[in-house]
Formats: sequence, structure tokens, C-alpha cells
Amino acid sequence: MQTHRLEISDLTVAYKRVPAVHHLSLELLCGSSIGLLGPNGAGKTSLLKALVGLVPIESGSISFHGQEQQLSAIAYLPQRSAIDWDFPITVRELVEMGRYQSLGWWRPFRAEDRREVDRALEAMDLVDLAERQISALSGGQQQRAFLARSLAQKAHVFLLDEPFAGLDKPTQEHLGEAIRKLAQLGNLVIASHHDLNSARELFDYVILLNGELVAFGETSEVLNDENIRRTFRTHIFSGVSHEPGLAI
Amino acid sequence: MSLAWLFDPFRHEFMQRALFGCALIGFTNGMLSAFIVIRRLALMADAMAHSLLPGVAIALLFFGLVPGTLFVGALLAALLVAFGTQLISRSSRIKEDTSLGLLFACSFSLGLVLLSISPARVNVSDYLFGNILGLGDTDLWIVYAISCIVLPILVALQRPLLLMMLEPAIAMSQGVPVTALNYLLVGLLVLSMISSLQAVGVVLALGMLIAPAATIYLFSDSFPTMFWLGGVLGCSGSTIGLLASYWLNLPSGPCIVLTLGLLFLLAFLFSPRYGIIAKFVRGRHLHEASLARWKARANTSRS
Repeated sequence: MQTHRLEISDLTVAYKRVPAVHHLSLELLCGSSIGLLGPNGAGKTSLLKALVGLVPIESGSISFHGQEQQLSAIAYLPQRSAIDWDFPITVRELVEMGRYQSLGWWRPFRAEDRREVDRALEAMDLVDLAERQISALSGGQQQRAFLARSLAQKAHVFLLDEPFAGLDKPTQEHLGEAIRKLAQLGNLVIASHHDLNSARELFDYVILLNGELVAFGETSEVLNDENIRRTFRTHIFSGVSHEPGLAI
Repeated sequence: MSLAWLFDPFRHEFMQRALFGCALIGFTNGMLSAFIVIRRLALMADAMAHSLLPGVAIALLFFGLVPGTLFVGALLAALLVAFGTQLISRSSRIKEDTSLGLLFACSFSLGLVLLSISPARVNVSDYLFGNILGLGDTDLWIVYAISCIVLPILVALQRPLLLMMLEPAIAMSQGVPVTALNYLLVGLLVLSMISSLQAVGVVLALGMLIAPAATIYLFSDSFPTMFWLGGVLGCSGSTIGLLASYWLNLPSGPCIVLTLGLLFLLAFLFSPRYGIIAKFVRGRHLHEASLARWKARANTSRS
């Protein structure tokens, strides 16, 4: 069986004519977890949003498994602060929302949909928490709830914006496990991240980004001093270095 | 003791009409209120309610006292304010709350000025505080038509609306037309506001539009519950308020809003989950709090 792949070729993303990501070409295989690393303003969020069609692309193309953007195949998870956690919804209802796209506006839930929801809850280790309101979860559990929702959507590409931000060490490890599990199930997981130390434990591959691609490859090979310096010290497009002492 | 007074209001035709209208308006506004509360549109709704006044006044100036034109005038004015706000806040550094506040104060003043020079003999307080007892046939039809438009749309679009409200970015990435749905919601808001104009007037319209869902929000963690029970609560609360105003010989609009407000206060105090008393009682059991913390920690380290 041929592995599904996400192909990005010559991608440029710009906000109001100011480019955030420059001429990026990458070929990413399903079944791997990929860390997207770079300083603030390096275009990490822009890249993720462009992949899912939330910001227009200036040039280049994105295709998944040989086809132009397929909305249901790619799931985007915004930063945790973007969500109103007091929303009146339980974990199960949240995961059920993943089925809306295939069900359309009216069709009722079928046995098959319920199975998908159960399976997603189980895969993300949320069965015991299914009836809780989403603010009654820990930060890591909240992330897993949204991952489960994307799983129920039958997404194959998971784009996570800073999923580890604000999590303590054990929670971070647990979420890391969940992400590895998603990758083992044959999905492609791309997560933006800013902590280089934990990146070594969390991801199979890393993309080093600073406006343009600095390096891409297996974590152990690519994450060396030379590449890190090039990513975090030289601000290719912004000129002035904002954060000389960023966590290295 | 005779209980005749209890059934007295149901004997008069104007009361039957008012009760029917009130139930319908209450239900429509109550259902919509779930969206207003979750989407945090309360301020916008308030501004829109106030901007209905100049619309009514302009319609009065040009066409005299005809119910249909009042409706059109109010609709146009509210839409104008809604889009004017968007325009100001998007094309300048003025934020949305400021532009809303400015527009709504100005349009309300304009409405009062226009009403004072209007040749038609109108009672300004009818528009400010409502006059449900004077509900005519045409008014009742308009209320009915509005409910027939708003309710089916809300029910039919529940899923995309829910997706949009939880997180617009995810919804957009799934192909939900977020911007269009936002405008639709504002349109529905204006419509149901026009129907509540008749019952409680522009100043009190906000009460019918947020109290029901705010009350249910303190009891339930399920959006569909908020949606449907909001309708039921809006309907029953406003009808009870209207009856109370008859029995106690008090103004109807304020009675309706006060009844809804009283229900909210009860929920705020006594809701077992999110009520303030429950929170206070729970807070005093220190060992329970620490037990919960210990359990949570045990859970995270186990899972």
C-alpha cells in the first residue's frame, strides 16, 4: 500500500502582501509526527492555517494524496486560548461534532457514527470523562478531546497550534503519547512547538522554519546546534532580532 | 373564596390576543437567546433594539400609523446600525463596542426627536416600554410570521451554527460559511427583536432576548437543552409575567421582564451546579476540595 503524503510545493503565504512564509516545499508522509519549530513570527501559525485553507495562499500548491485540499482529511486545532471553555458542551458532544461534516445539517446519528465517536473517545483515553463539561478537564485532556473530535471526523492530517503550551511535564508527556499514537494509526501530525528540549522526545521529524525553510528531517539529525542557530538567531525577513535569548 | 379573579384575564378578547402573542414572542426570543448568550451578542442586541426607534419614527413620519410600514422601517434601521457598526469597526481603529455604543445612543436620540415632530399622534412610551394589550390583528400576524421564519431556520441550522459558535476557525476549516451565518444570526436577531418591540418595547427587549438562556445556562451543560428549554422558559415566563400584570394591575412590559429576571435570580441563587449558594456550600467543605484535587492528580498520573 502506498503511504499517503502531504505535498507542499513552492508555498508562499502572505498577509496583506507581507509574506509570512516564503517558497516552502516539503513532502510529508502519513504515519509520522512532525514538530514545527521556529521563533515567534516565523510563520508557524500561518503555515498551519494555509494548509487547512484559513488564509489564502499567494503562490504554490498543497495537495494531499494527489488531490487538492480535502477539507475533511485535514483537521486544524487552534491554540487552547482561542476556545471558550465554558461552552455548554460535554466531551462526547464535542467529539460528535466531528461527525457533522459527513452527516450534513439534518441527518440523524447512525449506529456507525456512534461507533466512530466511541472509537475516538477510546483512542484518546477519554471514555471515563465523556460526560464531563469541557472546562472540567485538564489542559492535556482538553487537547485530547479536540484530537478525538478530529479522529471522529476521520481526518488523516492533524495540524496542532502550540498544543503543549501551558502544560506541565507529566501532562505534556501524556499528550505526546497521544500524538505518537495518532501517528502510529497512520495519520500525519504536525504540531507547532517552541521548546527545543522536549521536541527531541516528542517528534519523529522536525521542520525548522523562520520565514523560509531552514531544515527538515529526522529529529536526531536535523536538531543540531548549527541548524538551531540558523533558525533562532538569524531573522531572515524581520531584520532585527527580537528575542536573542530564546529558550535553547 | 372565589377563584374567579384567576380566570378573569382569559375572558377578555384583548387579553387572549395578548397572551397568545406573548407566548409566541417569548418562545421565539427564548430560543434565539441561547445563541445571543453564547455568542456574546448582548451588547449588539441592545444597540439594535434601541436603533429600532428611529426606524419606527421615520415610518410614522412618511406613512402614518400603519403596522406594516412600522415593521419595514424598524427592520431597515436595525440593519443599518448592524452594518454601520461593522463598517466603522473594521475600517478604523475604533473598536466594536465603542462604535456600537455611539451608534445606538445617536440613533435612539434621533428616534426620540423624530417621534416628537411626527404628526401622527403616538404615545412614545408604547414604543419604549411596549403595549402588548393593544396588539392588533396585523401585529399578531407579523409576530406569527416572524416566528415561522426564525424558528425553522434556527432548528435547521443548529449544527453549522454550533460549529461556528464553538470555534469559528475550525468551522471555517471544515467548510462552514462562518461569515454568512454570522450575518444570518444578526438578521434573525433583528426580526425577533421587532416582534418583542410590541410586547416590551425597545428599552426592555433585551430582557426577553437574554434572560431565558442565561437562566438555563446556569443549570445545563448541553446546548440543545439551552436552546429548547430557553424557548419554553421564555414562553412560560412571559405569559406568567403578563398574567401577573393583569392580576396586580401593573404595567405589562416591565412585569414580563421582571418575571424572567426573577427566574434568573432563582437560578443564580439555587442552581445545584453553578448557583452561588451551591458554590458557597461546596467551598466550605475543605476536605472535599482537597479530595477532588487528590483524585484529579491520581487520575492524571494513572492515565
